[in-house]
Amino acid sequence: MLKAKIFVQLKASVLDPQGKAVSNSLHSLGYTAVSETRISKYIEISFESDDRATVMQQTEEICKNLLANPNTETYHFELEQQN
Amino acid sequence: MRVSVITFPGSNCDHDAYQVFSTRGHDTRMVWHKDHDLCSPDLVILPGGFSYGDYLRCGALARFSPVVKEVMAHAAKGGLVMGICNGFQILTECGLLPGTLLMNSSLSFICQHQKVRVETANSPFSKGISPGTVLDIPIAHKEGNYYIDDKGLGSLQDNDQIIFRYCDEFGRMSPDSNPNGSLDNIAGIINKQRNVLGMMPHPERSATDTVPSRDGRRIFEALESLVG
Repeated sequence: MLKAKIFVQLKASVLDPQGKAVSNSLHSLGYTAVSETRISKYIEISFESDDRATVMQQTEEICKNLLANPNTETYHFELEQQN
Repeated sequence: MRVSVITFPGSNCDHDAYQVFSTRGHDTRMVWHKDHDLCSPDLVILPGGFSYGDYLRCGALARFSPVVKEVMAHAAKGGLVMGICNGFQILTECGLLPGTLLMNSSLSFICQHQKVRVETANSPFSKGISPGTVLDIPIAHKEGNYYIDDKGLGSLQDNDQIIFRYCDEFGRMSPDSNPNGSLDNIAGIINKQRNVLGMMPHPERSATDTVPSRDGRRIFEALESLVG
């Protein structure tokens, strides 16, 4: 069994108001060295397969077709062997 | 005209749209998102709401409903499509309109009357309305912050695709009159073929005698002057 661990992030050029709000809170907590916070999505997908090439290709398709919006987001993922 | 209003799981402005069009004398149908038959409409309405609970991204999952394939075919043939609020989000997710609706810059759900300026009469949805006309149309959303890259924005501007912009009561654009942080104060755009409109404000909520503003009627009157 393989598990895809997928990160979907806003592009650097896109403003992240949630991240900005978190930064402001961190500053008010005294973490003045914090320069920026970006909020991302983390998604896990488990596959009933050990075929890395196929799972890699399907995960790529899933990210492109549904999980990430190419206008505003980028993605990357890694595959992990599950017992 | 014949109007089909699509209901997705989580749509909540479908009956408002149905009521407005049927009261105005149009042959109006409700079409379930799993249907494959649009009932030969002149105009398809993708209504506001929270299709699929807004899971993943607003409109991202609705795009895979069976009826959306039919809506895309209808649009490809030149048929009229109007996406309001969540309907606008669905239109961007399925690629019928460019850009994306991000979370409001305030991070808050905003529900208020809003002044919007008509930018061009060159669309079936604004035909006969003088550019610069200020309309009072309510907004109610948390993800209405329109974003597109510089090239895309330039293309919208060059092709006269921006139909509505947020403004103040005098028609002036400023950060204060931009409720959600939308790029270039964009409230509504049309596709290049000029038959698919997406807008965040709700004209169906400002079109009957029982509400404070009736300015949404101007949009329906524009459609009626063209389609009947």
